[in-house]
Amino acid sequence: MADFDVPELNEYPIVPKLREGAMAHSAPFVAAGKFQGPLGFPGELPDNWKDVAIDKMGELLGKYRSLQVFLDICVHCGACTDKCHYYLGTSDPKNMPVARQDLLRKVYRRYFTFAGKYFPKLVGAVDLTEDVLDEWYTYFHQCSQCRRCSVFCPYGIDTAEISMAAREILDSVGKGQKYCNEILGKVFVIGNNLGLPEPALKNTLEGLEEDIEEETGVKVRLPLDEKGVDILLVTPSADFFAEPHVDGLMGYAKVFHAAGVSWTLSSYASEAGNFGMFIGSYENMRRAAMRIREAAIDLGVKRIVFGECGHAWRIAYSFLDTLIGPFDFLDQNYPIPQHICEFTNNLLKEGKLRMNKAENDHMKLTFHDSCNVARGAGMGQVEGGQFTIPRDLIRASCNYFYDMDQDTILDATFCCGGGGGLLTDDIIELRVKGAQPRMEALKKVTEEHGVTNLAAICAICKSQFAKTLPYYGFTMDQIVSVHQLVSNAIVLKGSEQEAELDGSAEQQGEAETA
Amino acid sequence: MSLVSTLYFGLFYAATLILVIGVAMRIKKYAQTPAPLVIPTMPAPRTEAGVIMRMFREVVFFESLFRANKWTWIFGYLFHFGMVLVLLRHLRYFTEPVWFWVNWVQPFGKYAAFAMLAGLLGLWARRFLVDRVRYISTPSDHLMLALLVGIALSGMGMTFLVHTDVVSLKAFALGLLYLSPQPLPVDLLLLTHLGLVVTLLVVFPISKLLHAPGVFFSPTRNQTDNSRERRHIADWAKELETKQ
Repeated sequence: MADFDVPELNEYPIVPKLREGAMAHSAPFVAAGKFQGPLGFPGELPDNWKDVAIDKMGELLGKYRSLQVFLDICVHCGACTDKCHYYLGTSDPKNMPVARQDLLRKVYRRYFTFAGKYFPKLVGAVDLTEDVLDEWYTYFHQCSQCRRCSVFCPYGIDTAEISMAAREILDSVGKGQKYCNEILGKVFVIGNNLGLPEPALKNTLEGLEEDIEEETGVKVRLPLDEKGVDILLVTPSADFFAEPHVDGLMGYAKVFHAAGVSWTLSSYASEAGNFGMFIGSYENMRRAAMRIREAAIDLGVKRIVFGECGHAWRIAYSFLDTLIGPFDFLDQNYPIPQHICEFTNNLLKEGKLRMNKAENDHMKLTFHDSCNVARGAGMGQVEGGQFTIPRDLIRASCNYFYDMDQDTILDATFCCGGGGGLLTDDIIELRVKGAQPRMEALKKVTEEHGVTNLAAICAICKSQFAKTLPYYGFTMDQIVSVHQLVSNAIVLKGSEQEAELDGSAEQQGEAETA
Repeated sequence: MSLVSTLYFGLFYAATLILVIGVAMRIKKYAQTPAPLVIPTMPAPRTEAGVIMRMFREVVFFESLFRANKWTWIFGYLFHFGMVLVLLRHLRYFTEPVWFWVNWVQPFGKYAAFAMLAGLLGLWARRFLVDRVRYISTPSDHLMLALLVGIALSGMGMTFLVHTDVVSLKAFALGLLYLSPQPLPVDLLLLTHLGLVVTLLVVFPISKLLHAPGVFFSPTRNQTDNSRERRHIADWAKELETKQ
């Protein structure tokens, strides 16, 4: 199946011994010039690339306190060394967070610190060369910016910040990553990562409406570009066609229908995911996000709700107001923006949704906390809401739910292995190996509790697991959307499911009186 | 006054000046560099008071390190809090009359030196024994530990083995405070001890010792989770808005 060794799943997690250079060969395709230009980056390495790169580093040091402080204060204590899923899965020492940071830090020291300028050998400082640049490209594309290291660092040093800076420096000298930069280009022209134009979207949504009607007998709408409605739903474009994403999208539609709110999708802002964050470019992140503001104003909506997407939710929750606010034109009585899980959870708490958990009895569930939701965002205006709310939704939809090992969930959750702009097949080996810690924890609950399915609220996690589960002896359909579970369980008014339930309840009642 | 005394007298002023100005410049840089995005490691406190508590737990209990690695936590804790007690004990050389609570600390401070040394040696051992920590260690990491171990050993030598002339030493220390040079006892252990301390002071603002002031500026630890309630915008980011 693979031309590399798939890591073993052990009974208990094992921190591997170092294997130097184990992943030195793994680098994603470099972006061609035509993908660089639209983002404001040069198409190839300029003659004075070294000056450009060092100047860029200086600029970023002045713009981001995180970068300046994190490059200065690491003491090499080693607390993070066994925390990265890519290190655990590959044993390449440069995938230890501190070693990855040091790739940038050693150049920072050489050009920006007294010790590095005058005593480079002592502090491990090096000149910037093309080899160093290549090494950056290789290993800063083996970081999914999941922030797990930052949980355990005594100073909160977040390798994601360093990786983002490194990628921006690489972009500034023409060494962009094809996957991310090509996708950003599509967003700027078409409006979503997959390049789905308006007619294709419309067609897809009509098909989904038919599917829901066939299943439930109820006309549930999935409106596109409707003006004057209450809610703009922004969701990852994978929700429009990929499995199991699309089942989640049908779930959102049913929830909106049951809530009786008016809503719409936008063909102009048909993407929640924002790859501007992956490449560390504030300008590009802002430009991609701006489409959401423009669509919200254009459609005259009162609220913005985001679908299931991890990195999108980090940007939505933590950055959106900064990037494209202020949102004085939206209804201030609701959180801006809101997550679909928050929306559904509120309805559940108000008793407005009727759920039949038995519909999911063919599954035993566990929940994968997506890294950027867990460590980059919140939910429900309470500390840790991002952990409780999705679980509450699953428990409201399913009879069988079991958490994975405590060291692998909540804020200690492992990345799926495909986040941060790495969900591309040219680095499949890295993706499979990076999934090892999650797969190991999954295997354990499979054996201990008979868990059959893994639920997630992130488009990247879903795609990544659909691809990597088979490498570990699972099947690709074992990954499900949380709103797919909601969708299965929800009993819509006037639906066949309602008739069946109430019919059987009546029969039962009759039997009892007889 | 001897040449050695004059030299040490001058060195202490120079080192203190470098330390204070160097660290102040660094703090100024950290404080003035904008934090354009809200990036606390979540879940994060939703109030300022909560953030202060988080930082308190981080600085006083090494909370994150405790979660990360128990060995590093134990050694790190022994070293840092041993050193705090030792430093407090040293106040007796700079106060006349000695503050009452410094007298209380005195017996603990004396033996805390062993905790400090044990912590340092434990941390150093990890740099040789744990392959991952060995891989990331640079010569300066080893030298820093050597410097601190040297300070601890020379200090303990004077406390427990060969006592130095504490009365003259105190006169020298007070002389530093009151700008009146006093002779320093010429004692090899003492000169070594003080020489290493001077080195530490000078190295502080240009080394990883900046973690001490730096941790307070770490955005992942000092930011409040209020991004949906309050707009955060850096000046340079605001300029992008007016460009359109």
